[in-house]
Amino acid sequence: MDILIAGVGGQGTLLASRVLGKYALDNGLDCKLSEVHGMSQRGGSVITFVRIGKDIYSPVIDTGCADMVIAFEKLEALRYAHYLKEDGIMLYSSQEIMPMPVVTGVCKYPTDIEERLPKNKHAVDALKLAEKAGNSKAANSVMLGALTKLMKLDKEKMRKALMESIPQKLSEINEKAFEYGYNA
Amino acid sequence: MKKLLLGDFAVARGAYEAGVRVATAYPGTPSTEITEELSKYPEVYSEWSPNEKVAAEVAIGSSIHGARTIVSMKHVGLNVASDPLFTAAYTGVNGGLVFAVADDPSMFSSQNEQDTRLIARAANIPVLEPSDSAEAKEFTVLAFELSEKYDTPVILRLTTRVAHSQSMVELCDREEKELIPYEKNIGKYVMMPANAIKRHVAVEERLVKMSEDFNGMEINRAEYRSKELGIITAGGVYQYVREAVPEASVLKLGTVYPLPYEKIKEFAGKVKRCIVVEELEPHIEGLIKLHGINVEGKNIFGRQGEFSVNIIREKLTGKAPKTTKADVPARPPVLCAGCPHRGVFYTLKKMKLNVMGDIGCYTLGAIPPLGAIDTTVCMGASIGMAIGADKADPEAHKKTVAVIGDSTFVHSGITGLVDAVYNKANVTVIILDNRTTGMTGHQNNPANGKRITGEATYELDLTALCEAVGARSVTTVDPYDLKEFEKAVKNALEEEGASVIISKRPCVLLTKKLYKGFTVTDECKNCKACMKLGCPAISSTEEGVKIDISLCTECGLCQKVCKFGAIKSREDK
Repeated sequence: MDILIAGVGGQGTLLASRVLGKYALDNGLDCKLSEVHGMSQRGGSVITFVRIGKDIYSPVIDTGCADMVIAFEKLEALRYAHYLKEDGIMLYSSQEIMPMPVVTGVCKYPTDIEERLPKNKHAVDALKLAEKAGNSKAANSVMLGALTKLMKLDKEKMRKALMESIPQKLSEINEKAFEYGYNA
Repeated sequence: MKKLLLGDFAVARGAYEAGVRVATAYPGTPSTEITEELSKYPEVYSEWSPNEKVAAEVAIGSSIHGARTIVSMKHVGLNVASDPLFTAAYTGVNGGLVFAVADDPSMFSSQNEQDTRLIARAANIPVLEPSDSAEAKEFTVLAFELSEKYDTPVILRLTTRVAHSQSMVELCDREEKELIPYEKNIGKYVMMPANAIKRHVAVEERLVKMSEDFNGMEINRAEYRSKELGIITAGGVYQYVREAVPEASVLKLGTVYPLPYEKIKEFAGKVKRCIVVEELEPHIEGLIKLHGINVEGKNIFGRQGEFSVNIIREKLTGKAPKTTKADVPARPPVLCAGCPHRGVFYTLKKMKLNVMGDIGCYTLGAIPPLGAIDTTVCMGASIGMAIGADKADPEAHKKTVAVIGDSTFVHSGITGLVDAVYNKANVTVIILDNRTTGMTGHQNNPANGKRITGEATYELDLTALCEAVGARSVTTVDPYDLKEFEKAVKNALEEEGASVIISKRPCVLLTKKLYKGFTVTDECKNCKACMKLGCPAISSTEEGVKIDISLCTECGLCQKVCKFGAIKSREDK
């Protein structure tokens, strides 16, 4: 199972990939994650790769090879859509964050993203559901809930992996957010 | 116990298990996490040194006094540390000494793409290269053993993909290592000509011996499959090769310098076509060819960027998935909303100054709409380059400033300032003191009064330091105060000699506050003056300017540049 997680630096894509890594470990599966630290984290476009299965070599997912792309932002969904294999699933948050060239008016934020995304796509209003759960920063957990349902993963084990990856004081909010995502 | 570990953490774990007592570093992506992780072990003394040269010297001293020691840095950090490194090759070690050096193919967070293996070769230092986290731990332990066995520093070379990928690692217990008693040995440790001439001989003999011994090492492993195609590779690239051409025979090298030539000759003789697949420079290929073994390599693969399964598959088999990248607006990294550097660059651009830049988050001041920075070369270069501008063109100083971060100034800016004063240059230096080493993820440094562990220590007084080296004036300003900041720059530019402005305000990410955020009221005339700030929280929409309250930190810069008083606190509205 190859999952690419895309987002904007600061959105918390690293947490999501680490929860997936923990899930793999708890299920006795091999797993490799690849992250990007440093400059691009400052509000830039950021991706992490999660590979779960047997005999994994490369920690990187190539274009045309991902089973799933999870995008925490709509434009980032389109930017990395070509990483999906033909029947791959696109799960994306409908949140829009303007990149600097749009902010400064050099170009426009595309209005036709939905049409340009691959057929097998699922939008989740992760920001709204996270706010409903109690904190906009829990959008992570919403996306993980939605992913668990779409990929038919073990809900209890994923919930456990999530709970063990976050500070205890945030567990109630994230548990709710995870549930909202699962049922979205 | 098995654990999913980042490559850097695996190196730290390996060092811990190998009984390391001392760990030093200057932060640099992608190597920073090695020392951060080691600082959590109470058995290990760890430090952020002011720069890589000092880090290496502390490490050499510690090794000679009998402790297993690791010093970590990014590839360009090794340039700074190469002076001690080249001669430590001659002195050799006492306790095992490992240089963990992380290269950055594709430059995810670097100013160049240099290949550490070439520096190791020039310094006559052996290099091990792991391909995943499990090997990162295993090779680190082995590096200490080799260091003591052959009496040499050892380089553990990582790349970004190995340093910042996570994979499974089996954890072991720490093996306590007693200090190896220090014995005075002038012939070995005092590198003046008469002694160094003898040590150079030892260095050469050692390399020949290692090259022979490495033939028998398990980490140099031949995997025989197809007789048609044989690949020689090392490090993270091995993983791509296995996936791209699973049928190929592979010689996986764990020691990338010196090379095990007998083993390579044997492998090359058993396959019809032998290709070296390595990122960056043709290091392995070149050495193999020098030994008269016929291989291919850079005639097929380029020297730029990191490789991937697709790249290798396409080059070797002509097959790769056909995909089309959507044409979408780029999303470059930006200075955060509320970043104290924003006011600085907004003002410098407004004043139409030439800005000699440096290395740090603030390099992002070069990105539009700020576009304020003219040059970026290396750590500390801003000050020397401003002096150079003044010496080349006596008029230049009236419109030129150097900007340099607090940590970068301590790293290698101080000597530049000494030069400015000593050689009577007219320069204006702006120290961007945000109380942390920002870009690498907020490490403490000598100017913020905290050690790597968070323990309080003497806080370097930047003002006193600049005055002591002879700066004509040292002014401290809050960069949120645009008027005062501009006044300070004007005054400094008019002065003769070296003037220093300390732009002081903590990195906005350090203040964990919840903000209500500002809002744009009906008084907005859509003049877009605020857009010149390049703030990610402000955007121009068809309905006018908007502020994203989830990003806004109420820094107030937009209020200050708005001529119509249209931007208000959400409470005041």
